[in-house]
Amino acid sequence: MITVTNIKKTYNKGQVTALKDISFSADKGELFGLIGPDGAGKTTLFRILTTLLLPDQGEANVNNYDIQKDYQQIRNCVGYMPGRFSLYQDLTVEENLNFFATVFGTTIKENYDLIKDIYQQIEPFKDRRAGKLSGGMKQKLALSCALIHKPSVLFLDEPTTGVDVVSRKEFWAMLKKLKQEGITILVSTPYMDEANLCDRIALIQKGEILSIDKPAGIVKAFPGDLYAVRASSTHRLLQNVRNYPNTATCFAFGDALHVTFKTPGSEPTALLDHLHKKDHPDVAIEKISPTIEDCFIHLLKN
Amino acid sequence: MIRTLYFLLEKEFRQIMRNKGIVRMLIIAPVIQLILLPLAADYSVKNISIAVVDNDHSTASQRLIGKITSSGYFKLTGYTGSYNAALSMVEQEKADLALQIPAHFERDLVRENSQKLYIAINAIEGTKANLGGAYLTSIITDFNDEIRVDWHTSGSSTGPDAPQISIASSNWYNPFMNFHLYIVPAILVTLVTAMAAMQTAFNIVQEKENGTIEQINVTPIKKYVFITGKMIPFLVLGIIIFTLGLIVGWIFYGVVSTGSLWVLYLSLVDYLFAMLGLGLLLATYSGTQQQAMSLSFFFINIFNMMSGAFTAVDSMPGWAQAIVSTFPPYHFIRIMRMVVLKGSGITDILPDLGAMFAIGLVLNVWAIVNYRKTA
Repeated sequence: MITVTNIKKTYNKGQVTALKDISFSADKGELFGLIGPDGAGKTTLFRILTTLLLPDQGEANVNNYDIQKDYQQIRNCVGYMPGRFSLYQDLTVEENLNFFATVFGTTIKENYDLIKDIYQQIEPFKDRRAGKLSGGMKQKLALSCALIHKPSVLFLDEPTTGVDVVSRKEFWAMLKKLKQEGITILVSTPYMDEANLCDRIALIQKGEILSIDKPAGIVKAFPGDLYAVRASSTHRLLQNVRNYPNTATCFAFGDALHVTFKTPGSEPTALLDHLHKKDHPDVAIEKISPTIEDCFIHLLKN
Repeated sequence: MIRTLYFLLEKEFRQIMRNKGIVRMLIIAPVIQLILLPLAADYSVKNISIAVVDNDHSTASQRLIGKITSSGYFKLTGYTGSYNAALSMVEQEKADLALQIPAHFERDLVRENSQKLYIAINAIEGTKANLGGAYLTSIITDFNDEIRVDWHTSGSSTGPDAPQISIASSNWYNPFMNFHLYIVPAILVTLVTAMAAMQTAFNIVQEKENGTIEQINVTPIKKYVFITGKMIPFLVLGIIIFTLGLIVGWIFYGVVSTGSLWVLYLSLVDYLFAMLGLGLLLATYSGTQQQAMSLSFFFINIFNMMSGAFTAVDSMPGWAQAIVSTFPPYHFIRIMRMVVLKGSGITDILPDLGAMFAIGLVLNVWAIVNYRKTA
């Protein structure tokens, strides 16, 4: 379990603020997601919680150990997978795993059950140098190495960035299994679609937490109705919808525009008429339920 | 703790051995350098070209020229009657020296008991000019003595003999002034220096660049165990290179240590302790291998030029000598020469051993403190 209280961190002697007054907690066996764009401060938070960096202010506990006083104990019971692949590229898959097992005073055999599902997929390449693995395989090896000492808390910093869609799906399935083993997992990702797979998420932006809730709760908190507007000439459509007086927000999502209105409960028919007049004969509007991404953009706007 | 260190060492050696390019460079490069460098760093100058302006054409002038050319140091490249012709040979670099023998050289020498010779030296190459001039002067002095002796024995001289002081010198510890005996141990030190400081720095900075040091830092490995694990492999490599160097020095230059090998190796370990500490310190101050490269280049250049390998430290100004005494290579070169040439034992080199250890202690503590602060 993790508790973070009023953590603040600045770089360059206070000129750059990475984290301002961050507080949250994750329970034992919880899969907690940190969702936010690049530069939001996610990695800084990870480095503080894994005792690699000291905060300017605030307190944090991992497994009831203080990150400043009890850093030795924390290092014994957490697994950390940094955003950048940071295993020994010139050692083979097996040598890497073996090395990290031994420095924690354990063996691959002892904790094989925990990593079996993941490691089996890369075991055929166990004599290959880690640097020669594909992106997905590197992630699996990194996760295996982070798990080999059976940690009770796992820190995963953007584990799926740069990984193909299939591997990403597999990866999240593995996290679910680990959670069932009672491991607390703190995971960060810039992908909004992965947020739904977490038990709870914190939306983070420019070093501040905008909202913490279950994914369903965050979606529920979205105010008003959301409409998807589609037409053939998307660019012109965007301009026209944005110029429409009753439009509160309008963002492009793939081939559709997600729109909210200023007056609550407005019907979309007025906008439909407006767009017909603006020479969009094929325009279609439908009411949709908001995604995490919609909520995130909404929170950023305010 | 010992177990963790063992696994760290296993990993380090595996990585070093796997990097074939580095192994080749670390072993072959010092061997080649040790074979080649002593050839260049030889101060006994030979084949100095000399142009003689003989305005006398007498027996005495012929005898002087014969004496100069038969010395082995000089090569007669010009024999003219005009000073200007000889000087233009110096200008065209056909001659390093011009010696002018004036007209009536023999006659005046006999009649007036004194004569003047004129030497012009091309001083662009300092060493050659200095040594060439000195050689020539000593040959002429010799020639002068011979003439005096000739006159005395022929009985033509009148009056009492002028008292003469003759100086006989013998070169202790290096009786034949074998220059290799002096330079090979020093070059060996410079090679170990380059390897020790640079490779440790690069290796640690590489872990920084690859982010692997972060992964290590979240494990329970203690910092001093990690650092020890980094230093031991390079200590071993340093000993291997030193041993190879001793073998090369023996095979190619016949340099064999007069003193005990154990004293040499003990001093080597002391020296490597200091130099690996320097490498460690440089690593804590650099974020990239490029920075580590520039930093270590700076130090190694200064060490090689100032530590007394090629020039005498005694001839530097006092403040410079004070700085040089903080350089570990200065002490190790002294130790090497004392042990290899003189056969000094532990008690003789104790001050230098102690100085190196003190410097090493400062560097290592500084490095560990700084490493804690940054990482």
